[in-house]
Order: sequence, then C-alpha cells, then structure tokens
Amino acid sequence: MTQASYPPDLLYHAEHDWARIDADDPAIATLGITWYAQDALGEVVFFEPPAVGTVLAKDAPYAEVESVKAVSDVVAPLSGEIVEVNQGLAENPATINEDPYGEGWLVKVRLADPSERDSLLDADSYKATLGG
Amino acid sequence: MSALDESRLHSDPGIDAHRQPGGARSGDGAPAAAGATPLQREHATTIFQKGAPGRRAFTCPALDVPAVDSGKLLPERFRRAEPPRLPEVSEPEIVRHYVGLSKRNFDLDSGFYPLGSCTMKHNPRLHERAAALSGHARLHPLQDPERAQGALELMWNLQAALAEIAGLPHVSLQPSAGSHGELAGVLLTRAYHEDRGQTRHKVLTPDTSHGTNPATVTMAGLEVVKLATNESGGIDIEDLKAKADEDVACLMLTNPNTLGIFDENILQIAEIVHGVGATLYYDGANLNAVMGISRPGDMGFDIVHFNLHKSFTQPHGGGGPGSGPIAVSERIAPFLPVPVVERSDDGPGGAPTFDLDHGRGRVGSKSIGRVRGFHGNYGCFVRAYAYIRSLGGDGLLDASQNAVLNANYLLARLKRKGVAEQLPLAYGELCMHEFVLSGGPMKRALKIKTLDLAKRLLDHGFHPPTVYFPLLVDEALMVEPTETETRETLDAFAEAVAEILREAAADPEIAANAPYTTPVRRLDEVTAAKRPVIRQAM
Repeated sequence: MTQASYPPDLLYHAEHDWARIDADDPAIATLGITWYAQDALGEVVFFEPPAVGTVLAKDAPYAEVESVKAVSDVVAPLSGEIVEVNQGLAENPATINEDPYGEGWLVKVRLADPSERDSLLDADSYKATLGG
Repeated sequence: MSALDESRLHSDPGIDAHRQPGGARSGDGAPAAAGATPLQREHATTIFQKGAPGRRAFTCPALDVPAVDSGKLLPERFRRAEPPRLPEVSEPEIVRHYVGLSKRNFDLDSGFYPLGSCTMKHNPRLHERAAALSGHARLHPLQDPERAQGALELMWNLQAALAEIAGLPHVSLQPSAGSHGELAGVLLTRAYHEDRGQTRHKVLTPDTSHGTNPATVTMAGLEVVKLATNESGGIDIEDLKAKADEDVACLMLTNPNTLGIFDENILQIAEIVHGVGATLYYDGANLNAVMGISRPGDMGFDIVHFNLHKSFTQPHGGGGPGSGPIAVSERIAPFLPVPVVERSDDGPGGAPTFDLDHGRGRVGSKSIGRVRGFHGNYGCFVRAYAYIRSLGGDGLLDASQNAVLNANYLLARLKRKGVAEQLPLAYGELCMHEFVLSGGPMKRALKIKTLDLAKRLLDHGFHPPTVYFPLLVDEALMVEPTETETRETLDAFAEAVAEILREAAADPEIAANAPYTTPVRRLDEVTAAKRPVIRQAM
C-alpha cells in the first residue's frame, strides 16, 4: 500500500495504532498499526506476537516490531486479554506494510473495559496529529 | 586463477559482491553490468577461495636440530588427525587479497565520515607509532608488574587524566567498549543500591538515548522506563518528576544528547534523581562536545563512561578494538572492577612504583569483580594517552570548541534556501558537536527518503551521516563533522547535499537507485536482516 490511508471505521491511538471493534461482539477488538507507522518504520522484517492470554494495558507496549530501520514498541490502544494472534506474520511480516488494516492485523483482544474506546481518536482527529 | 576456481566462485551467490537487489525492491534504473565499475564486476572472495594446493608464501628452512618424536611432546589424544585447512597462497596473493578488500571499504582515510554520535575524527599517525613501539605492542598481559612499570605508569597517568576530564576521582580502564562501560556502570549502580539494602528495578532513559542504554539496562536485569523529550530537545522535567520514584536505580543520560543539544536543566535533573536516591549515569559518547568546557562530575553525575575510540582518537568503526573506561564518584568507588592500577612512592629515594591492585576482589570486598580478562585494550590506552598529552588541557578544550564550531558551520551552510525547506533542523537553533535534520519534508515533497539521500552521498565520495536515529525524529539525518575536518570539506559536503536535492527535484529515481559508484550497489536490507549469510564453508 503506497498511498496514505486511514479508514473511517477504525479507532486510532496517537501512538499510531488502530482498533477495530468487532461488529458482532463489542467486547472483542482487532489491533494493528497505522499506515503512518508502517511507512515510518520501513519494511518490517520481524514481528513476534505475544502469547494468547497475555494481558494488555492501554497505552503500554505489548509487542515489538522490527524493521530495516529499528525495533519499535507497539502500544496497546485498549486494555484487554489477547484471544488470537496473527500467525501469518511470523512467516510474512511485510504483510504489515502491504495491508496494515487487513491481512496485517496483529492481535485480537477481549476488552477489559469497552468504554476505553471513548478516549481513542477518529480517523480525522488522528490524521490531524500527523501534521504536514 | 584457474578456470576451476573461477566457476567455483561464481556458483556461490552468498559471496557475490555485486549482486543487485532482487525483485520489486530494486527498481533498477542503474547502469547495467556492462557499465559497472571494475570493483563492481569483481566478485569478492575469501582467502580460502584463492591459491592452489602446495603454494606457499613462506617455506621453513631445513631442520638443523635433532628431530624429536612429537608424540612424546604432546599426548596422542591432543594431536590432530590431519593438518588444519589453511589457505595455500603466495605472498603477492595475500597482499593483493587484503589490499583489494580494503579498497572495497569506505574509511576515514579515504574521505569525510560525518557519522553522527560516532565521532569519526582523524587518528594522528604519531599515536600509531607510539602504540606500535615494541615495549607497548609486544608486552605480554601476564608480564610481572615489576617488569611492566612503564605500561602501568601510563595506565595510572591515563586514569588520572580521565578522572580530571570527567571531574570524578576514581577510574577503571577495564571495559572494552562504550556499551561494556555502560554495563559495568549499571552493575555498579546495582551493587551500590544492594549494599544499602535496596533492590531497585527501574532505570530511566530519555527517548533520545543511544540504543545501547536500554539494551544495557535489559542486560543488567533491570527495567527500562522511557522519558519524554521537551520542545527544546531536552528532558521533559514534568515527565521526569512523575517517573522518578524510590524504585528508580539510575537515570542514564547523554549531555549533549543525540540531538546535539546540551540540556541546560542538568542541575535540576541531577537534584530530582538524587532526591529519590538514584544515581546519575553519563553516557560519554558525546564527550567530544564538552572536553575541558564542562565536567560530568560537576553536573552531578556519579558514573561516566568514556569512548576512548571516539573522543580520544582510535581507528574504529570496523568492530574494534574499542575502549570504554569508567570514572566514578566516591560513593561508587568501593564497587569498581578489579584490578585497578595503584601508585606508591616506595621505590628507591621515594620514586613511584606501580602495581595492579587485586585487593578489591578479596573476600569482604564490595567490588563487582572483573569485567574482562587481563587489563583492558592496552593499545587504545597508549593512543588515548598520546592524544591527551600531545594536546594538553588547552588542546582538548580547543578540540571540543572546534568540534562545536564545525558542526554549527555545517548546519549554517545547510540552512540555505533549497535545503532548509527539505531538511529542517529537528530541534533548536544551534547545536553542539552534532545536529539532527529531519528528512520528512524532503520525503513528501521530493519523493526521496533519507536513506536515498544517504546512498547518493556515497557517489559524491562522502560517507553518509547516521540515518533514522534518534527515533523520535521523522526521517532523521544525524551529522557529526568533528573538529579535524577543513572548511573546504564542510563546504563540499553542503554543496553535495544541495546538489542531490536539486537532482531529486528533477528526477527522484536517481537517488532512489543510488549508489552507482561503490563496489557494492544498493543492498537488499530485508534479506540481510532476515537471511544473513553468516557462515562461509571452508
């Protein structure tokens, strides 16, 4: 994906993460990193997902993503417990670059406090934080 | 070289030096192989792929003493069944092999090397001569101290000089690199707290810190807590106040920091850190900005590491050897590694004598023990001591002032129209010994990334600055010219950057596919990271 894109149906965290609340179960969310994050990182060469069952605390790092430039923390946009990880990323971490909002999702979590979502940004507010 | 050798060479892609990046990553609009330079066409090989069976560079003279059955000298079980496989090459082949490899390298003796935070300053040839003197170079590390008095005196004098420069009274020369000095420093901090009956878990590091700082903390078994940066590029004091608590063992700080900015709040920072009983650690990687001007000890630091290979001139950048001595305050001194060089005035007529004091390592000692074998990288000590003595205190001050002047001169040259809009200074107005530009506007306006600019600089004969560090700067370009570069060189570098930006405005593909003139073209960084070739069959 070469053009910047920030889908309107996602919630955003200022540390360049997104969350997609499950349409059928509002207590489940899928998490990933934004187009901006993957672009700034450059080609991702390694992603080690935390184990299912790991507890995430909102605003705290829960995983690391390694690109040709650097190893960076991935920050949890919401608190919860991991119920599923994207196993495909172990073999093809560059999927995070190619499809950050689709096949490049990182983990699914059962939210500890679904009301936390109110503190996240919509696409326009997130884009505004990116500046020029 | 025989046809057989030739075919063997070409069949091994792992050593194919001019292999172009594969697939969609390359977008290779570069000259085809036919237009490649001789070094690009030549395949880099290992020495094992050269030569022929039986070929020798040296032949032993005939034995002129009675032969002894080697089985009597060495038990059978320790003897090899067959000789080791060594290269079988002539002397000219050896010479050409290594000279050829050296030509594939970019080094400080070939050109400007403004690699930020690495202080690639000129290495005076006088120091090499001093280090090569046989009394230094051939001294055995197990030599009886009585017969190594000169070397011990040099080490003691170096300890004293470093203590003076740091403003801290006690020095250990042992650590072998900056990162090693950091680890020793954090272990000292841990020992200091444990001695007071405290177990502290956290170490604060700013988000501008050298990557070695958090790595060191993790290796020492402690937890990293990051501090935010304020608008002027220093530590966010409110964030520090919020995070400084009784579980903090240490704050690791570089001042000036990796943005090339001197944190003017350092005394307040020291007060906050000491207020919660923690230690203050000075990462000396950027010491080249402040030698003889300000001393970490006077700023309130408890532990300092030096990078002798950066600030005090050593050939470096190729993996060593480095040298990372540490200086510490009185309260940390009991925990210093062993041995340290001690001086007594007990020689004939009260003459000084020197010895290695292992006493701190005895039972009941608080020393953290040894941090390496023997006594440190001695050759680095000789060069650093030669540098300090040949410059003197005034000269070190002059070196730092010129390092800062050169960085600000180059920064001013890069603030010109056509460059500053694309590569603005990330923080502040002036800098210390280095500065960080942001290639963000360039990436958006000209469609070339900082990496592309860096690669294109190679075609202009310059080693690129540090790229993509510190991480908080978008498309960072970190430039450290050092004091030993001339105005002409700085002007030429600024002109090259301007030229690359002009060229990119016309055709970004040129920079995107650079470099064109180096022995190896654009590397496939993803493959290098994921599938490095780290073994060579012998």
